[in-house]
Amino acid sequence: MKKTALHAAHVALGAKMGEFAGYDMPLYYDKGVIAEHEWVRSHCGLFDVSHMGQIIVEGPGAAEFWESLTPSPFQKKAHGRAQYTVLTNAEGGIIDDLIITRLSDNKFFAVINAGCKDKDIAWIRENLPAGLKLEVLGNRALIAVQGGWAERILHEVLEIETDDLPYMHIMEAQAPSFEKIYVSRVGYTGEDGFELSVPEDSAEEIWNALLNHPEAAPIGLAARDSLRLEMGYPLYGHDIDATTSPVEADLNWIISKKTDAYPGYGRIAREQGDGVSRKRVGVRLLDKGVAREGAEIRNAQDEKIGVLTSGGFSPSLKESIGQGYVDPAFAVPGEKIFVNVRGRNIGAEIASMPFVPAKTKSMKKKEAA
Amino acid sequence: MAEIKYTDDHECIKIEGDVAWVGITKYAQEALGDLVYVELPEVGREVKKGEDFAVVESVKTAAEVYSPVDGEVVEANDNMADDMELITQPVSEQGWIAKIKMSDPSQLDGLMDEAKYNEYTESLD
Repeated sequence: MKKTALHAAHVALGAKMGEFAGYDMPLYYDKGVIAEHEWVRSHCGLFDVSHMGQIIVEGPGAAEFWESLTPSPFQKKAHGRAQYTVLTNAEGGIIDDLIITRLSDNKFFAVINAGCKDKDIAWIRENLPAGLKLEVLGNRALIAVQGGWAERILHEVLEIETDDLPYMHIMEAQAPSFEKIYVSRVGYTGEDGFELSVPEDSAEEIWNALLNHPEAAPIGLAARDSLRLEMGYPLYGHDIDATTSPVEADLNWIISKKTDAYPGYGRIAREQGDGVSRKRVGVRLLDKGVAREGAEIRNAQDEKIGVLTSGGFSPSLKESIGQGYVDPAFAVPGEKIFVNVRGRNIGAEIASMPFVPAKTKSMKKKEAA
Repeated sequence: MAEIKYTDDHECIKIEGDVAWVGITKYAQEALGDLVYVELPEVGREVKKGEDFAVVESVKTAAEVYSPVDGEVVEANDNMADDMELITQPVSEQGWIAKIKMSDPSQLDGLMDEAKYNEYTESLD
């Protein structure tokens, strides 16, 4: 199994390790999943997400290139601005979801899912025009710092000032005694927070320094999953995949009305006009129980109307939640449904997402004084 | 103190006359992590030895609980459905999931006692 630069640090912390996307990763540490989840919501969590891929695409026409692979606009993106989007295949399905950040006119930084790295890189290479260069940053680690304390922790531990960094923006920082760090105000938890792209050989030192802060605690992949589920963020391979379109996935907000050169445009434009046959929704269980991926969603007549693609217990709400795809006729918040678990129907309803209000900052730059 | 028997699937059993009180061991609880829900069997249900009669849901996964004997469910711990913390209590107190009236108590003969079970779990780690 592959290891991240922080693997030894996780083992030293006594993490329960498990396989994820070919990596031996921390699932949870000594306090358990619920305590970790609550710590992120109330303090600040540190996540090793170095298994994710970090790439740079550089050269003339890089913005147009991203518009040829994703449904999102890039040509007018401001420097430093990050965009959540998807790579689409020729059928309008999703190859991966990713965050692409404009560093300068012709230089973009992107973070891709660990399990999709190889196919994404192959796909980008295959479509890369002459004159553009793809660089895979194989020697950088990625540390997510997530929670209300994140800004103060970066300030107090690394002397990185993020006061002027809006949500979905990147900055370069030079922490004392460390090489250059890319600080992105992004995350997968719904909290204010950052992802730090750091050189692999400084990763453990930075991780330990951050961990020394009394408000910081290490958080494993299990709580990362329950945190993102509360926010209604899709997880690739579960809530979105090569067959689901961004319209079905309710990601219309990433689809530009001005571009049409990306793969699968035909299906996506048609679905935006004529509607979809299934739509991603949030599900909240009204009765006791836990429903997980694969559970059938049924209507009051006990007919199958969809399927759950993620599900679990929400530590914040103390009830079970999930997301799945249903017939759009039922995709209305408050609609009463059932989820079938081991042959038993559990009462549930369609819920709007996020399930828990996001605490991310404004995306707008502060007005100059 | 009541004698407790253990299965290699990590059920613990208190025997009272011809009734088996069935719970899950500390080892199982720790392996499952934070427990959030138990799906209880219906009272009156006939179960076979080795049949799953309850499901314990943790934050991470769902784990089936198997009956150590043939018999009939005579009581399910409804309090546990409201308060999962009860599962951490000894099976002889509030930590039982269901009570099963045994048709053949000799089916319990092969089960481990506490010392054997501790040896067994140490061999698993």
